[in-house]
Amino acid sequence: MIVALIGVIALVSVNALFLIWMERKVAAHIQLRPGPMEVGYHGALQTVADALKLMGKELITPDEVDRPVYLLAPIIIFLPVLVLFLVIPFSPNLIIRDLNVGILLIFAFSSLTVLSILMAGWSSNNKYSVFGAIRSIAQNIAYEIPLLITAMSIILMVGSFKLTDIVAAQDKVWFVVIQPLAFLLYIICATAETNRAPFDIPEAESELVAGFHTEYSGMRFGLFFLAEYTNMFVVSAVATVLFLGGWRGWILPPVVWFLIKVYAIIFLIMWFRWTFPRLRFDQLITFAWKVLIPLAFVNLLVTALAIKLF
Amino acid sequence: MVAYFREMFVGLWSLVAGMAVTIRYFVRPIVTVQYPRQKLTMTPKYRGHIELIMDPETNTHRCTACGMCVRTCPSSLITVEGVKVKKKKLPVKHVIDYSYCSLCGLCVEVCPTNALKFSNEYRLAGYQRQDMVIDLMARLDAERATVGLPPLPIPTPESEEETTSAEEKA
Amino acid sequence: MMLEPGIEEKTFYLNLGPQHPSTHGVLRILLEMDGEFIANSEPVIGYGHRAHEKMAELRTYQQYLPNLGRVDYLHALAYNHGYCLAVERLAGIEVPERAEFIRVITSELNRIASHLLWFGAYLLDLGAFTPFLYCFDDRENVVDILDRVTGSRLTYCYFRFGGVRDDIDDEFIAGCRAFITRLRSRWQDYDDLVTKNVIFINRTRDVGIITPEQALKYGVTGPCLRGSGIPYDIRRSEPYSVYPLFDFEIPIGERGDIMDRYVVRLCEMEQSLRIIEQALDKLPNGPIMAEKVPKRLKPAEGEVYAAVESGRGEFGTYIVSKGDTKPYRIKLRVPSFSNLSIISELIKDTLVADMVAILGSFDLVIPEVDR
Ligand code: SF4
Ligand code: SF4
Repeated sequence: MIVALIGVIALVSVNALFLIWMERKVAAHIQLRPGPMEVGYHGALQTVADALKLMGKELITPDEVDRPVYLLAPIIIFLPVLVLFLVIPFSPNLIIRDLNVGILLIFAFSSLTVLSILMAGWSSNNKYSVFGAIRSIAQNIAYEIPLLITAMSIILMVGSFKLTDIVAAQDKVWFVVIQPLAFLLYIICATAETNRAPFDIPEAESELVAGFHTEYSGMRFGLFFLAEYTNMFVVSAVATVLFLGGWRGWILPPVVWFLIKVYAIIFLIMWFRWTFPRLRFDQLITFAWKVLIPLAFVNLLVTALAIKLF
Repeated sequence: MVAYFREMFVGLWSLVAGMAVTIRYFVRPIVTVQYPRQKLTMTPKYRGHIELIMDPETNTHRCTACGMCVRTCPSSLITVEGVKVKKKKLPVKHVIDYSYCSLCGLCVEVCPTNALKFSNEYRLAGYQRQDMVIDLMARLDAERATVGLPPLPIPTPESEEETTSAEEKA
Repeated sequence: MMLEPGIEEKTFYLNLGPQHPSTHGVLRILLEMDGEFIANSEPVIGYGHRAHEKMAELRTYQQYLPNLGRVDYLHALAYNHGYCLAVERLAGIEVPERAEFIRVITSELNRIASHLLWFGAYLLDLGAFTPFLYCFDDRENVVDILDRVTGSRLTYCYFRFGGVRDDIDDEFIAGCRAFITRLRSRWQDYDDLVTKNVIFINRTRDVGIITPEQALKYGVTGPCLRGSGIPYDIRRSEPYSVYPLFDFEIPIGERGDIMDRYVVRLCEMEQSLRIIEQALDKLPNGPIMAEKVPKRLKPAEGEVYAAVESGRGEFGTYIVSKGDTKPYRIKLRVPSFSNLSIISELIKDTLVADMVAILGSFDLVIPEVDR
């Protein structure tokens, strides 16, 4: 267990460092520029240097903050992320704990992020932060529902909450073929869940400066940053398990296939970010309640019907 | 109901079109220049700070220390001091404080002997304001050195009284 | 309107700026917020005041030239033009035709650069990063072309009383033509990426509507006015320079919302391209400076007002001369100032997100407001 935990922590940090580098590279190339080039091969070590810099920075605690809550928020956002990695099936053997409610565990713990954002925003004693926190909660509630419902339509087909079972059920055909709408809905909701553009309302920098983490500096900010990228990995991993056949593939070892698929989805999410403008807050909520949730329900009903009939 | 779905579809399609644009750019070669590893050459008319023209015939400047540039400069950042040598005035000091310069070009235009031009210097960075004070005579000497000439001799006035600073006159 | 804090418990105050990512300069907007809605607002200006108008009284006419490029750094050549026009009218200087053509070409190029920058920065306000870089790629082209003839890349000081400082060469003309083709080939991408984007449409359609009456009441000019459907463009209504020789349209909007202002600006870029094209075709030969412009200009006593169409609207210069080498008084009528004055009325009862969108759509240059 200890080994596993150390492994998870190592994975989380390396993955986040890699994702930040990847994000910068993707953004740069979309924008016709090379991105980081100086530290390491094509700037590969740039994020390491940035992380070191962040660690060396002074942790500023503004006077008027609610100290315990303020200090706790970055830790709380990071803890569930570690738990989530316990159940992700990287390959048939590479799974720390194959819980039979794996998918529920992931959804349950990823909701904790909202709590932390609320804590951060509220305790910062900054109007912009409060705005960010409030927006974030409204958004997460609105988007968690369709997320769960779309996941439910897959679970209905498989009949199990166990992630390995879901992968096993896709031995003939990936669920993305059978459930394209569910996949689309899932990706949209996942983008919103991770507060990524075009749904980055809680930290909309042109409106709220930096949203809920305006008052955080140094490694405390770094933890929020790390958590964002780790969350991205988790939602993409779940998408891989639910829709893209998990570790299944040819020739290459399963774990490689798994990572390729996860990073492909992450690339898609990054691609969104560097293409679209941001939605307005009320449009975002309207979109969830008027489009995503009805569609997700319809999808679920059709799935249930189809299972009953065939 | 139809409108609802049509709207949704049109919206989705517009998003896909946008993504098609960005992915096309994603695979295009980059357009930026990796300064300082690569550098661009400045256009001939590029306005860097002003400098004295080295006359190709005489290999010296054409300045007569008349002080026109001093008086014209909107920011009064040019200092010229001249001395009279054999009925002719020559500058002993021609210094600009580049940090005030607005690169308007008035000094270049107003000079009666066309002694000034814009340099192509753009890599200017300093740690203090003093770094931006540029001695044009010293620059000219440096340019003379590239063609193997010694620094210009400092003109000595014929008599003490005739040393005038152009600024005082102005 | 004065805001008095703490009267209503329901509302609270939010200081947007002077350091805020979307005020594009040191502008502060004091917002009285009711939740995320703006109940009242008051723009606070003056953080970047440099007394440009006062400076004119201490300088000769020539010496004031570099100041103009600093008032509106994005469309500096229009400001050069406006000031030179006023002084030329005052002193009765005739500008040779070739110089006028060069002025029009460079000024229109500069307008395109200004609009492109707005386009990119506005999308940045709405949260899309990438169009900004694409615009800068295009804008870099314009700036390079202008650099070749004016010698600077941003705060141009290129026009002189009676002409322009340097002549254009064949390379400049070829560069312009290449740029026209290039920019035209980009419209499709901009359309796909931004104009037709459903998120963008939803953010801008029917948001921040300026009615024609409001626009006239506040003296709004430029694309903001034309977006409201009033075809007022100085280049047409009060022609100056050689603009009457060219065939171009004044694009107008219908509803006066952000989308209309956006479309007006995009169409204007296309019209500018047309003007440049025609001007390059008709470019006459001849001198680029009027003869006998005295080095110490001393216009006769009198006053003059000259207006030009800058990227943001009507830029007017009002000069009073007492027959001295220095102007007695100069007043600059800047479009951003008048355009900003309508903001309080427009953003009342909107969301913060809309406020950012509306503020951005004015294409404000804060140094121009403060000057
Ligand atoms: S105007 Fe020309 S000649 Fe006169 S002092 Fe200046 S540089 Fe020398
Ligand atoms: S370019 Fe203008 S500001 Fe600079 S030194 Fe010459 S006259 Fe003065």
